[in-house]
Amino acid sequence: MNSRAIDVLVGVFMLLFFGAMFILAMKVSNLTSLTSSAGYTLVAKFENVGGLKARASVAASGVKVGEVSAISYDPETFEASVTLTIDETFSDTFPTDTTASIYTAGLLGEQYIGLDPGAEIDMLQDSDEITLTQSAIVLERLIGQVLFSRSGGS
Amino acid sequence: MSSPDKMSDDGTTLVQIRDLHFSRGSKPIFSGLNIDIPRGKVTTIIGPSGTGKTTLLKMIGGQLKASQGSIHVDGLQVGKLRRAELYELRKRMGMLFQSGALLTDLSVFENVAYPLREHTDLPESLISHLVLMRLHAVGLRGARNLSPSELSGGMARRAALARALVFDPMMIMYDEPFTGQDPISMGVLLELIKTVNEALGLTSLMVSHDLKEALSISDYAVIISEGVVVEAGSPEQLESSESAWVQQFLHGQPDGPVPFQVSAPDYEEDLMGTENGNSRVGVSR
Amino acid sequence: MIDFLQRFGRTWIDMVGRLGRATLFLLHMLGALGSLFARPSLLVKQLYASGVMTLSIVLVSGLFVGMVLALQAYNTLIDFGQENRVGTLVALTLVRELGPVVTGLLFAGRAGSAMTAEIGLMKATEQLSGLEMMAVDPYKRVFAPRFLAGFLALPMLAAMFSAIGVIGGHLIGVDVLGVDASAYWSQMQNATSFYSDVGNGLIKGLVFGFVVSWIAIFEGADCIPTSEGVSSATTRTVVYSSLAILGLDFLLTAVMF
Ligand SMILES: Nc1ncnc2c1ncn2[C@@H]1O[C@H](COP(=O)(O)OP(=O)(O)OP(=O)(O)O)[C@@H](O)[C@H]1O
Ligand SMILES: [Mg+2]
Repeated sequence: MNSRAIDVLVGVFMLLFFGAMFILAMKVSNLTSLTSSAGYTLVAKFENVGGLKARASVAASGVKVGEVSAISYDPETFEASVTLTIDETFSDTFPTDTTASIYTAGLLGEQYIGLDPGAEIDMLQDSDEITLTQSAIVLERLIGQVLFSRSGGS
Repeated sequence: MSSPDKMSDDGTTLVQIRDLHFSRGSKPIFSGLNIDIPRGKVTTIIGPSGTGKTTLLKMIGGQLKASQGSIHVDGLQVGKLRRAELYELRKRMGMLFQSGALLTDLSVFENVAYPLREHTDLPESLISHLVLMRLHAVGLRGARNLSPSELSGGMARRAALARALVFDPMMIMYDEPFTGQDPISMGVLLELIKTVNEALGLTSLMVSHDLKEALSISDYAVIISEGVVVEAGSPEQLESSESAWVQQFLHGQPDGPVPFQVSAPDYEEDLMGTENGNSRVGVSR
Repeated sequence: MIDFLQRFGRTWIDMVGRLGRATLFLLHMLGALGSLFARPSLLVKQLYASGVMTLSIVLVSGLFVGMVLALQAYNTLIDFGQENRVGTLVALTLVRELGPVVTGLLFAGRAGSAMTAEIGLMKATEQLSGLEMMAVDPYKRVFAPRFLAGFLALPMLAAMFSAIGVIGGHLIGVDVLGVDASAYWSQMQNATSFYSDVGNGLIKGLVFGFVVSWIAIFEGADCIPTSEGVSSATTRTVVYSSLAILGLDFLLTAVMF
């Protein structure tokens, strides 16, 4: 094995590693959505976020337009404050009366935020707040409500 | 006992060993060794297998440290040198190991070129020139592209000799250079050691069991046994020594006056690697 | 009884002594790493020996592990109607755990044992002494390049293992079992984070690479220079490395995820 062949093989080895890292970064993990999240942020306050996690997707009509970048608790309003990062291509897209709701993909699936645009002419800008929100449906509460209304109704 | 004791600062002594003590575990190897190795001469160290001849060479090279006593090489005390100084000193020493110790992942040529590449920035053409010169001297110019695994034991030894010589050391240590050599290459090696010693003016220190051959080119010989020098002097002086021990050892008589060994130390047997048996008998008090 | 206690105590002292020697050895070796800047070719050669030579076994194993994972995940998830998540399961399992761990074990068996055997034989055939007598520092020329190469190669191999495993999962999950291809990838992407999953997987690989190379090189340099000595040192390398990988993996997982 001469040293030239070794150099070439080690070079191939490095290329394979870069290829693997490319696959891991672009196909396997969400580095793409992280890096391309050069967008603008919106804030939405929810009474309850249920099982929503950071990096959950934000969709409008089922199409992904951004993702949740942070979730924190606002001690003044006693609400969960969710920061959404919306992709740059969707700037000036959502009217100020857009509704943000937390949905669940399927019965056991992940939770995500759905945006339902309103009819206002003014558009949401960077760091605006979405005032119209609909909290997550928490299964236990739902069952509790049903049981309560049943017993109350009878 | 005729081990020279006077301090020789007149520059005729290259290696000066004084009161050397060393042990491997609980087993003492040297207990008060005194040797002066003259500059520019061929010196042979003789002794039964397992007495510590290889160990002595390694101590001179600074690979093992004495527990007591001193070794001076060219005025420098080997055990006291800092790492960098020791490495500088080693550049001026060549050593031929018992097994050759060629780097198995390099070709013969690259092995011989290795010290040059490590320590100098010589241009490739000059390196190639020097290496081929040394390889030619040991008769291995045609084997330059072989890998060490393709060499016979004797060829490996010669390649290692070429490597030890390539850096033009001031002193070279040979650990049993003749084992595994056919009569012709043994003759060549003897000739080589002699001429190299004269032409390059270097000091040769040799360990060998091939007494007749080794003594034929030696200016000085030292017999060590049980950790001390038994006899030292020119080959002729040894030959005419009155010590029965020396006579027995030099002539390889199977039985003799030597009291500390039950089975006689036939030196041919030593060569066959019966050192375990001998040395164990040697230590048991 | 006293004899037993004595022997027990001696074994312990021996072990602690070995650990101390290994630590000093490591420090010495780390100190010699700087010399590699002057000789990058040594590193390339060792990357070949430890990386390229281990590549095929890692790729083949990775492919099969990914395929098995997809099969098992599918069979379990189909009961919940969640077979779209096969990709998630395959990717997370590979990137976080199996990638670094299985690669580490394969690396210890293939490259680690080879390192120990090579260095042990160099010691047995006096090559290391020979280098020292040529005023060449074996720490710089022999140990440091191997260490750095192992340290770097293992995480790289682990990344390749995970990547090809994900492809193997695609092969079985999507092409054979009929999971929707875009669901396979998008579910995977939603669940896998580059920094906390892929990144931590790489860190695990680096830690394993460090430990395996350290063990392998130390065992080689510390072995008894005979054929038995070398062979038992090689065995020790594989055993200690595997134990270290599994133990450290638990610790790292507890800290990271
Ligand atoms: N690494 C070691 N660990 C422990 N003991 C050793 C080691 N190397 C050598 N010895 C012991 O030291 C003694 C001297 O060994 P050395 O190799 O110097 O002998 P020698 O005189 O060169 O013998 P030979 O003529 O057979 O080469 C031997 O008895 C050997 O058992
Ligand atoms: Mg010897």
